[in-house]
Amino acid sequence: MFKNFKHEKIETNAGLLLVLTMMAVSIGGLVEIAPLFFLKDTTENIAGVRPYTPLEQRGRDLYIREGCYTCHSQMIRPFRDEQLRYGHYSLAAESKYDHPFQWGSKRTGPDLARVGGKYSNEWHVQHLIKPKSVVPESVMPNYQWLQETKLDVSDVGDRMRALRMTGVPYSANDAEYQRNVNQFGEAVAKTLHIPDALKNLVSQAQEGNFDGDRSSVSEMDAMVAYLQVLGTMVDFSKIKPEDLVKFR
Amino acid sequence: MADNTHSQAKSTGVQTTGHVWDGDLQELNNPLPVWWTYTFYATMVFALAYWLAYPSWPIGKGFLPGMNTITYVNTEGKEESWHWNTRAKLLKETQDAVIAQKPYYDKIAGLPYEEIAKDPELSSFIVSAGKAVFSDNCAACHQAGGQGKVGFFPNLADDDWLYGGSYATINQTLTKGRRGYMPPFNESLEAGQIDQLAHYVFSLSGGKADPAKVAKGKDLFHSQAGACYYCHGDNAKGRMDIGSANLTDQVWLWADVPGSPDDTVKIDAIRKVIVGGLNKGVMPAWEGRLSAEQIKLLTVYVHELGGGK
Repeated sequence: MFKNFKHEKIETNAGLLLVLTMMAVSIGGLVEIAPLFFLKDTTENIAGVRPYTPLEQRGRDLYIREGCYTCHSQMIRPFRDEQLRYGHYSLAAESKYDHPFQWGSKRTGPDLARVGGKYSNEWHVQHLIKPKSVVPESVMPNYQWLQETKLDVSDVGDRMRALRMTGVPYSANDAEYQRNVNQFGEAVAKTLHIPDALKNLVSQAQEGNFDGDRSSVSEMDAMVAYLQVLGTMVDFSKIKPEDLVKFR
Repeated sequence: MADNTHSQAKSTGVQTTGHVWDGDLQELNNPLPVWWTYTFYATMVFALAYWLAYPSWPIGKGFLPGMNTITYVNTEGKEESWHWNTRAKLLKETQDAVIAQKPYYDKIAGLPYEEIAKDPELSSFIVSAGKAVFSDNCAACHQAGGQGKVGFFPNLADDDWLYGGSYATINQTLTKGRRGYMPPFNESLEAGQIDQLAHYVFSLSGGKADPAKVAKGKDLFHSQAGACYYCHGDNAKGRMDIGSANLTDQVWLWADVPGSPDDTVKIDAIRKVIVGGLNKGVMPAWEGRLSAEQIKLLTVYVHELGGGK
């Protein structure tokens, strides 16, 4: 049947070229992606991973707004050099509430997947205001307006509602709240309750005092709260390394 | 342009695509070079071999696990094998590296600090391995040489210590972290009193200040109203158990006295600290992030930066 076939037939027929290209590409997609939805081994169920609190979620929004992802990845690969520098390799489960996830592969700056708890709040504040003042060789720009700008909290509930539609278990009613209590415990469930979002956001900013100024909630509060929670949800001392090996 | 479709180029006899530019420029329709097509087939054969050798295609509810296995030691201390994957490879590599460094770390874990610093072989290990760990984890705040940053992070290379410069206290600082705190005095003291205190504190480290204010500041310092002595001590030399600063040693961490041009600005820098207090000086705890041996290694490294006691 190929005897009379000429590639010219495809190349001179835009419609046929389009259909055949899409077929070729979708075979790749089907083979690589579709099975992952059915393979039990690849779904890591890791204790400790929870959705972000309202303040952390707003910080995450700012992280995306400022384009941090263009220079920072959030995925530590399972290589020895990365483990030594950044900590335990990232697990898929750790970004299961990220929409969109921030894995990335472009590292002008270091990976941030486990930056939480590594530095103090004041270091982060100083570093975001003027990175060169603490890391002289840094090429990161200054983000001083985070400290000067009050955080817009008017739509925090709407933002959580939008994420709830994508499957993030923020609770909108008592039944969902109860489900969260069972899944995450009461302390965490409270922070995921949409009707209390604003109250929770303000109290976390007050207690955490991330930007060193308790009088108001700045964008710096949200950003530092987000950075400080990155990679800290899973307690790896309770996980056997060989169990993670067997997920693959 | 397309009037001579499928004609042959006059000079070579090869079939053309029928495209002609400038009257005589034609696009020849040559077949792919033979070396190219065979390389292409070779990549397909390579892919087949690769799929068999390494984990690849999903089959039913499982997948092709590849032909290689990796043997590592599990948490129970038993050898265990699993099909090749990057996580197993990392676990194995980490365990091999731990074994390679074990003689050093065993020696570090077993020896008292003083012996470690004296041992020439261990010293060079500490300089190289300690520098790597320090650069990754500590240098962001304390800077590459441990010189710190006035107003933010203490200098580790001098002999002035907030919480103590002995091996034991450095180790405790690293393991558990620290949290500095000084209450603000803007509500309990009046502006004039704070001014007197600032003059007195400046004079403690040899600064030239108004003697009248210094005398009044000294009384305040030791009074119940000011109560500075409670944390900084009767002699103003600080208390290492709570990390209060020694005010008499001319070393300034929180008030940028050395960076100020004249005495008025220097005193003003001190005044600001008394007014606002300090709720900073947070040192993160490293026990979850670094191993006990790494912390011991860092303890010696920091101690040897210049000021260990």
